[in-house]
Amino acid sequence: MQRSGFLFAAAGRLTTGPRIYYIWVLVLLVTAIVGIAAYTRQLQQGLIVSGMTSYVSWGLYIGNFTFLVGVAAAAVLLIIPAYLYDFGPIKEVVIVGEALAVSALCMCLMFVTADLGRPDRVWHLIPGLGILNLPRSLLGWDIVVLNGYLLLNLFIPGYLLWKAYNQKPENMNFILPFILLSIPWAVSIHTVTAFIYNGLVARPFWNASILAPRFLASAFCSGPALVILLYQIVRKYTKFHVKDEALFKIAEMISIAMAINLFLLGAEFYKEIYSDSYHLAPFKYLYAGLHGKGMLVPWIWTAFTFNIIAFFIFLIPITRKNFATLNAGCVLIIVGIWIEKGMGLIIPGFIPAPLGEVWEYLPTRIEILVSMGIWAIGLLILTLILKIIIPIETGEFTKATQIERAYPHSGVHP
Amino acid sequence: MSDQTDSSGKEKSNSASGAGSKIVERPDSQTAENGSVLPDRRTFLAGAASVLGMMAVSSCSWQEFFQQQLQRMTKKEIEETVARLQEDYKKKYGKEFVVGTESPIDGTLFGYGLDIQRCIGCRRCVYGCVEENNQSRDPQIQYIRVLRFKDGTMDLEESDIYYDPEEVPQKGYYYMPVQCQHCANAPCTKVCPVRATWTEPDGIVVVDYNWCIGCRYCMAACPYMGRWFNFTDPGIPNEQVNPKTHYLGNRPRMRNVVEKCTFCIQRVRKGIYPKCVEVCPVGARKFGNLLDPNSEISMIIKTKRVFRLKEDLNTQPKFYYFFAT
Repeated sequence: MQRSGFLFAAAGRLTTGPRIYYIWVLVLLVTAIVGIAAYTRQLQQGLIVSGMTSYVSWGLYIGNFTFLVGVAAAAVLLIIPAYLYDFGPIKEVVIVGEALAVSALCMCLMFVTADLGRPDRVWHLIPGLGILNLPRSLLGWDIVVLNGYLLLNLFIPGYLLWKAYNQKPENMNFILPFILLSIPWAVSIHTVTAFIYNGLVARPFWNASILAPRFLASAFCSGPALVILLYQIVRKYTKFHVKDEALFKIAEMISIAMAINLFLLGAEFYKEIYSDSYHLAPFKYLYAGLHGKGMLVPWIWTAFTFNIIAFFIFLIPITRKNFATLNAGCVLIIVGIWIEKGMGLIIPGFIPAPLGEVWEYLPTRIEILVSMGIWAIGLLILTLILKIIIPIETGEFTKATQIERAYPHSGVHP
Repeated sequence: MSDQTDSSGKEKSNSASGAGSKIVERPDSQTAENGSVLPDRRTFLAGAASVLGMMAVSSCSWQEFFQQQLQRMTKKEIEETVARLQEDYKKKYGKEFVVGTESPIDGTLFGYGLDIQRCIGCRRCVYGCVEENNQSRDPQIQYIRVLRFKDGTMDLEESDIYYDPEEVPQKGYYYMPVQCQHCANAPCTKVCPVRATWTEPDGIVVVDYNWCIGCRYCMAACPYMGRWFNFTDPGIPNEQVNPKTHYLGNRPRMRNVVEKCTFCIQRVRKGIYPKCVEVCPVGARKFGNLLDPNSEISMIIKTKRVFRLKEDLNTQPKFYYFFAT
């Protein structure tokens, strides 16, 4: 009874909102439907509708997947100071960060599924029923850590919010171990994802120890940048309150992460260019073009420029503490990292092919539509989660307020 | 007594009607069981609906949908599966198929030798392989890639596979065919998340096409372009299909799975040379048992100058390039 009361009230909250909310949800729904239609086409005709070939066998889907794992992992950046050092303002932001992590993980799983040739055989991955090739396959490990992280990120905020809904104090002795566990776990999801590529001796572009540290550094740029933007939207449309101070603090952390990211990029550049071995070929393809082919060149330089500009915006206190420049910096970083950790990481791994051929890859319309559809579903999940949890967090949506609404004159309180 | 019932059971499972009667049996017993408990039936129907949905998408029978990985099947399950596959292929291509399940021969470890000096770059091996192994003609898939190098270099990036002169060999060039190297330390098999690909005891790296989930991780892991993906249903004219097949080899593939050279597992386990060895007009291709010290391949390794491709990666190929003179 109590639960159904919550569900009814939650459903009510999801279907009411300002006009812009309806428009936003409608746009996402339409995009999602277009994406599903495109995916149906892919199921009917096979992956031939994609731009992928036996030469470049991963593309836009896996690129987006890699970027989004980083976004999900970055929630940890917000958890560490908030819970361990009890830095007040950030604690409020954590819930938003975890909601972002959950929706990013959902998108990750959808992108991997979209990339899978035989989604009808996913049950082969279930241990017992099928075979999960542990401990040898890193893809197997990634499935374990991603799903575990998803469960953790559903459970922790779920518990905290349920207590807040019932207006009862949380039992920190119970939940703290899970919070502590989620920190190394967040590091693990992005490390294992980096190891998927990192361990392949066939692909010199990925087969460098710097890959996992770079993954983490860049994730700590893009994830928090998304949180800063997201938080301002939430702050504008709800009663959820957070101080500017918290946002500036996150921006400061981004500047450190970006400094590390750029340093590691420099280290990579130095090693490849100075040693000048045949390992340089994929770098040449990415940054300058190879054998007259270089579709990614303008993209990667765009990313490079965006990252540098954003780094200075976040480094200099005046631009960091001005919302116009701060937001511009966030957008630059998100786009920059999306290119760098998406297509900019996946495609050059396959070029040149192991026997030296240079085959380029361009995503097809179907791939782009499916990817947009997955983003739309992910953003829809995020929107709906925030629609429920923010009023709980602000105390507008609790069991008490529900009862008061149902019996306005009785004065019943639990 | 027990022997008799065993053999009769086998016969039944081998025949198509036996398998057919089983399909009818199972859903019947399930509905009867669930008839008394309504909610269970509903969940069963919901589950069945989703399974049916998946099957509609993958357009396969429920036996195929639930088929286990080959290494985990019992002997009886393998027999049933083979019978079903032969039936399916017959329906699709209008021919009697043999889907062999020959096991490795004890005491064999297959190795391959390729005489770089002798190869003339005619690509007969490429097309012989396509015909033998039922690769898709449209879109084209070929396991063997013949690289043409200018004399004096072995830079892969400078090699060409699309050479098209009037006559081969051309002056100033030499040729190096590359296919799956059947590595002893194979990077492709260890990355597979579902163990759909593995190395057989006789050294052949195989794929269970019905277990592959199509993630293409093995393709990213292979340093030799040894693996190919069926991005759509393989297109082979009926009259060109080779009906003499092996479960782990050249039986027809389905869309969105990975395939590769198997040293012609359907031939070599019966003591026949791989097709590429057979069709080579200059005898540049050698094949044999590495465990037999007197085999041709063992003699080549012992007495000729040999090398393996990308030896620095420690993949330990069982594919040796050599210079005969």
